[in-house]
Amino acid sequence: MKFAIQVNEGPYQHQASDSAYQFTKAVLEKGHEIFRVFFYHDGVNNASRLTIPPQDDRHIVNRWTDLAKQYNLDLVVCVAAAQRRGMLDDNEAKRAGKDASNMAEGFRISGLGQLIEAGIQADRLVVFGD
Amino acid sequence: MLQTVNKSPFEKNAMQSCLRLSPQGSAVLFYEDGVYAAVKGTRFESQIKEATQQFSVYALLPDLEARGMRAEDVIDGVKTVDYSGFVDLVADNGAVQAWL
Repeated sequence: MKFAIQVNEGPYQHQASDSAYQFTKAVLEKGHEIFRVFFYHDGVNNASRLTIPPQDDRHIVNRWTDLAKQYNLDLVVCVAAAQRRGMLDDNEAKRAGKDASNMAEGFRISGLGQLIEAGIQADRLVVFGD
Repeated sequence: MLQTVNKSPFEKNAMQSCLRLSPQGSAVLFYEDGVYAAVKGTRFESQIKEATQQFSVYALLPDLEARGMRAEDVIDGVKTVDYSGFVDLVADNGAVQAWL
């Protein structure tokens, strides 16, 4: 079965990023497919490569990157939500005349259409957030 | 349908809205702080017991354990699941409504 995941909450806030990750991992380990993980609202902060949690804490951003690498996941960050919060990839940084970008490996920036498409293409859309 | 509740009933109205508005026969999963609704001995116990007559009610065990509770602490009629069970609930119950 095809699953799509929506994450509306930032990392290290409550539990949504952790729940979404554990759920996504369980979906994949059971042999189902993840069509896309869409990061919306404060959820876009899951994609910051500048995140530095204490060494004995889980690294939420790297955890997504590693899972994406292992299963070839499509991790999409909402462009409008990202721009508001200073989340940029190289292209967006150049376009906006900024001197740096901060998008972690494995994530890409795109629009809300990607969420709608995920809702249509996947058998289930599961939302995690506040 | 699967209804998910991730907020404590002591803090938010998500559980009340969920139980009031969900169609009969739905599966209801309590996870994150929502698991407090599924624990014995709170003022919500009778309401949850009543809900088990109308819905299949579940609580996520890892989230119970993360809060210092065990499967034995859960109200009779509420089943516990792990993340694998959460995935099965989503697969088996059609659309998912998250009561955020």
